Amino acid sequence: MGAVAALLGALAVALAWPIPVALARAAWPARAPGLALALWQAIALGGALSMIGCLVVIGTTPDGSIVDAAASLLPHLLTGPLPAEFGVIDVAALTLAAGLAVHLLLNVAATAARAERERRRQHQLIQMLTNPLPGEPGTRVLAHPVPLAYCVPGLRTATVLTEGLVAALSRDELRAVVAHERTHLDQLHHLVLLSFRAWHSALPWFPIANRAERAVTVLTEMLADDGARRATGPAVLVGALTLLGSSAEPGAYADTGGIAPDSEMLTARLDRLETPGPELGAFARSAIVMAAVLIVAIPLAAMLAIVG
Amino acid sequence: MANLGDLERSVMEQLWASDATLTANELRDRLTLVGDAGERSPATTTVLTVLARLERKGFVSRTRDVRPHRYRALLSREEHTAELMHEVLDRSSDRDAALARFIGTATAHETATLRRLLDELARN
Repeated sequence: MGAVAALLGALAVALAWPIPVALARAAWPARAPGLALALWQAIALGGALSMIGCLVVIGTTPDGSIVDAAASLLPHLLTGPLPAEFGVIDVAALTLAAGLAVHLLLNVAATAARAERERRRQHQLIQMLTNPLPGEPGTRVLAHPVPLAYCVPGLRTATVLTEGLVAALSRDELRAVVAHERTHLDQLHHLVLLSFRAWHSALPWFPIANRAERAVTVLTEMLADDGARRATGPAVLVGALTLLGSSAEPGAYADTGGIAPDSEMLTARLDRLETPGPELGAFARSAIVMAAVLIVAIPLAAMLAIVG
Repeated sequence: MANLGDLERSVMEQLWASDATLTANELRDRLTLVGDAGERSPATTTVLTVLARLERKGFVSRTRDVRPHRYRALLSREEHTAELMHEVLDRSSDRDAALARFIGTATAHETATLRRLLDELARN
């Protein structure tokens, strides 16, 4: 038990600090943004699982398994007193584990619910105020001079461009912007970001949460850029991005909160479009996939080992 | 076939175009549905349904102390557009840049108008 708890504790610490810091600094994610995004997801999920798992293992030590501990604790939970073999540390660890799990889940639910409410209002306004862009299904134009493009994800989706944006761009550049937004929608980037946004709001004092959300935001922008590049070629996209800057696409997800793409992110995006690095080799790719799988599998396996 | 969304939009267009408040019957007379049987006005009950939905969504306000109830647009089209733009621009980390670029693309005449409006704002 002690060894399992130590393993999970070490993994939780590694996933909470040195690993995300290294990944946020690494250069390879720009060459394989999809893989990097998967690895970030694994780090967030694996980090939460190992943190909670470590506490559960410590707390259930007296009975040696989760099922036995639940059987001896649950009947006394409301009536008390708790069985004598559970000391203060055990009870504190279990309380913390339950509290952390509930806190994280509630934050995901609250973040998702708020985003959904804000998107419903967006759709109401979009339906009332915008006109379809001819030749681009699902794309609407808003009569406003400030150049801006964004998309509203969800079950119902919409891409919104302002008249100012349509006037500023050539036909091809406009196609690139629409393809960029459509990639956000097709690849469900809002769901990818949701967990990081929730993580950030659940643990605002956590130094890595901000950095992780930032890194993930850049990666979704890069993936959307790849979608646009496939539609129009890199030169047109670079032209549109240079002309508009980062402010014209303030994050694509039509809800408040979260980190919006800024000029520093734009520089990184332009760099990789103008001088793309070599494709990541097969070995490196499989190593990343393996790492992502292990990060989630290890805490799951450790907890399964003490279930019964 | 007009769906409820299209009808909501047509009702708002009429309310935005009208200076006075309107009753459901007045609105019905100003609306035309294009269907299989040619053009016709929607039923008054349909218009009332649409108005209730618009009121719930915060687009329309209703005067209840007279019969029949009179309706008006709560905000102008421009104010709703500003609401939408605000929500999106508020998320921009680089809001000033968005406005700066907008001013960069403005003509001399538009810039003069902006300057005049800003001066007025500053005086008030």
